[in-house]
Amino acid sequence: MKHTVSALVENHPGVLYRVAGLIARRGYNIASLAASATEEEGLTRISIVVDVNDERELEQIQDQLSKLVEVIHVVNMTQIDHVSREMALVKVNAGEEHRADITNLVAIFRAKIIDVHPDSLVLEVTGDVGKVDAFCEMMRKYGIIEIIRTGEIFISRSPKRLIDN
Amino acid sequence: MLLNGGDAVVEVLKREGVDTIFGYPGGVALPLYDSLYESGIRHILTRHEQGAAHAADGYARASGKVGVCLSTSGPGATNLITGIATANMDSVPMVAITCQVTSNLLGKDSFQEADVYGITTPISKHNFMVKDPRYLPDILSKAFYIAKSGRPGPVVVDIPKDIFLTKIEIDDIPHLPLKGYKPVKEGNIADIDNVIEALAKAKRPLLFIGGGVVISDTSEVMAELLKKTKLPVITSMLGLPAIDHKYENFYGMVGMHGTYTANMAISNCDLLLAMGVRFDDRVTGDIEKFAKQTEIAHFDIDPSEIGKIISVDYSVLADLGWSLPKFTEKAVVGDIGEWQQQLADWHKDHPLKYNKKEATLMPQEVIEQVSGVMADNAIVVTDVGQHQMWAAQYCCTRTPRGFLSSGGLGTMGYGLPAAIGAQIACPDKEVWLFVGDGGIMMNCQELATAAELNLPIKIFVINNHGLGMVRQWQRMFFQGHYSASKHYAGTDFAAIAWAMGVQSLTVKKKCGLKHALEDAKDSSEPFLVDVWVDDDENVLPMVAPGASLNEMSE
Repeated sequence: MKHTVSALVENHPGVLYRVAGLIARRGYNIASLAASATEEEGLTRISIVVDVNDERELEQIQDQLSKLVEVIHVVNMTQIDHVSREMALVKVNAGEEHRADITNLVAIFRAKIIDVHPDSLVLEVTGDVGKVDAFCEMMRKYGIIEIIRTGEIFISRSPKRLIDN
Repeated sequence: MLLNGGDAVVEVLKREGVDTIFGYPGGVALPLYDSLYESGIRHILTRHEQGAAHAADGYARASGKVGVCLSTSGPGATNLITGIATANMDSVPMVAITCQVTSNLLGKDSFQEADVYGITTPISKHNFMVKDPRYLPDILSKAFYIAKSGRPGPVVVDIPKDIFLTKIEIDDIPHLPLKGYKPVKEGNIADIDNVIEALAKAKRPLLFIGGGVVISDTSEVMAELLKKTKLPVITSMLGLPAIDHKYENFYGMVGMHGTYTANMAISNCDLLLAMGVRFDDRVTGDIEKFAKQTEIAHFDIDPSEIGKIISVDYSVLADLGWSLPKFTEKAVVGDIGEWQQQLADWHKDHPLKYNKKEATLMPQEVIEQVSGVMADNAIVVTDVGQHQMWAAQYCCTRTPRGFLSSGGLGTMGYGLPAAIGAQIACPDKEVWLFVGDGGIMMNCQELATAAELNLPIKIFVINNHGLGMVRQWQRMFFQGHYSASKHYAGTDFAAIAWAMGVQSLTVKKKCGLKHALEDAKDSSEPFLVDVWVDDDENVLPMVAPGASLNEMSE
C-alpha cells in the first residue's frame, strides 16, 4: 500500500541522508522521494512515497521522522485534501513511421516534445502519478529508450500552509 | 571572548558544568588535548576508546549528568561506536566529541579519516559536524541540551582539526535554529484522568516499570504511588532499581528470564500500567500473545514509542516527572484483594530457585552472597550474559541509579569501564561489578585504568570457563553443539589483574568465598575476585525466544 508523507525539514547538509536512512533502516521501502527548497529560506520539503503494509507502519514512520531533530513537521498527505504532480522525461524511438502517432498522443496527454533527433524524441509529461504512468505505458510500444521521473510532489488545497493547518 | 577553537571547546564544557571527561588522544586531537592541559577539567585516560565511551555511559547512568567522551579521528572515533550505540539503546545522556581530519583533507581518504557523521547517524540521538568555526560554541552547547532533554541519548560532535586552531568568538555567537526539536514535557491531563478511571474499575491492575522511571528520577514519586495504592509491580531489567525490592507487592523482572509471577501477572492482568518502558522483544516474547486480555496504558516521553510494538488503549505522552505526580495524586484502586492473593500464591509456589551443590559454587549463590554484604546505596554494574540475568534475579538493588547494565544493545565488555565511570561519578558509594569470564576479556585493559585511579571497584568474575549464555542456547536449541563457546586456555584472571596493579583472589571452592567477600568489601583499591562456578548451570525460568510469556521453563 503506497502512502505519501510530506516532511518539512531544516536545510542542513545530511538531512536527506537522515530521512532516507531512517526509513530504510526501519525496513520500509521508498517508492519515490523528492526534495526541494520552499517558500522559507533554510527549509526543505521532502515528499516521500512509501510502501507500507498498514496504517500503523505509516504512523510509525511519521513518529520516527518527527523524532529527528532537524525534522520540523510531518504530515500524512493521504489524510489531507491535496493535489499532486509528477514530471517525467521520456526518450522514445521515433522514426518517420511513428512520429505522427507519437505527436498525436503527446497532444492528447498535453505532454510536450522538448527535443528532436532523427531517430528519437524527448517528451515531457506532467500530471498525477496515474497520468504519468499511463503516458509511459502508451509510449512503450514505440520503444522507450530512457525514462526519468521526478517523484511525486504534493500540496494541500487549503488556503493555509500545511504546517499552519 | 576570542579563543582558539580548542580553548573554546574547554570553555563550553566548563559552562555546561563538565568536570570530568573520558578519552584517548591521537593525531588530530592534539590541539584539543593541549587546551585540556591544565584546564581544570579532569581527563580520564582509558586504555581503549571503547572503555572511554562506556565509562562516560556509566558516569551518566550513575549520576544523571551528561557523560562526555573524547577521541581522535578514524579508528579512535570508530572505537567509540559500540559505546555510543549502547547509550543510544538505553537512552543515556552522552556527548561524544570526535576529532576529525583537517577540513581540506575531508573526503579524500586521508590518514585516519572515517565518516563519523555517517557512521553515527543511525546510532545516536543526533550528531553534528562542525564546518563553520563560528558555530562551534553553539553546536557544542546544543549537543548537551539535546543529549539531556526529552528522552535522553548520545549526541556526537565531529570537529575537524583546523577548527581547534581557528580563533573563535564564544560570547556573541550565531545560533543554529532548532525548529524541529520540541522535547515532550507536559502532557494532557485528560489522558491521565482516563487511566485513573480505568484503574478504579480494574480488578487485576499491574504496574510495569521500566528504565524511564530511573531516567526521569521519579523513583520517590513511584514509592508514594506504591504506598498509596499497594499496586502489584513488575519491572523490566533497567527498571529494576526504580523501586525498593522490599516492597511487599514487588514480583521481580518480567520477560525471557523474568519470574514466573511477573510473566503470569502480565498474561493475566486486566489493566497494565506501563511506565517508561518500550516493550523490547526480550520483555514481550511473542507479541501476538502478549497481554492479550489486557487493557494497556502506556506512559512515555517519546511519541514514537506509543504503538511501536503493541497497540495500547490509553497513552499518556509526557515526561514522567510531570505525569507521575499527577497520576499518584488521583490514583484510586478498586477491590483487588483476590488478584493480590493470586499473585502472592504464584510467588509462593514458584519462587526463583536453584539447586546448591556441596563443593561447587553455583553462580546464583555467589550473587546472593555478594548482594548480602553490599551497602544499601551500593551501585551494581553488570556485563552481559548469564551473570547479568542472575544479577537481575538475585541481586537486590536498593537505590534508584544502583543497577547499571547494557539492556537494549546487550554489549559484552560494558561492565568494567561502566563501573569505572560510576565510581568516578560516585566516589563515596560502593561499586560492585559482576562480569563473566567472556565479558571481562572484552575490556580487561581497563583494569589498568582502575588501578591507576585507585578506584575501589569490587570486581566479581563469575567464571564458568566459557560463554555461558551461548552454551545455554546451544544446550537448549542446538542439540548441545558447543560451537565456539568454551574457553580452553585456563586464563588466570587474578594474574591479569595483578599484572595491571589490581589486587586479586581466585575462589575455586565454596569455602573461599566468605573471605574473598570481606577482602573485596574492605578494599580501598580495586579488587578482583575470580570465582569459579558451576559450568553448566542454566538461567531459569526461561521463555524460549518467540514463545509466549506464559510458556516458561522453570
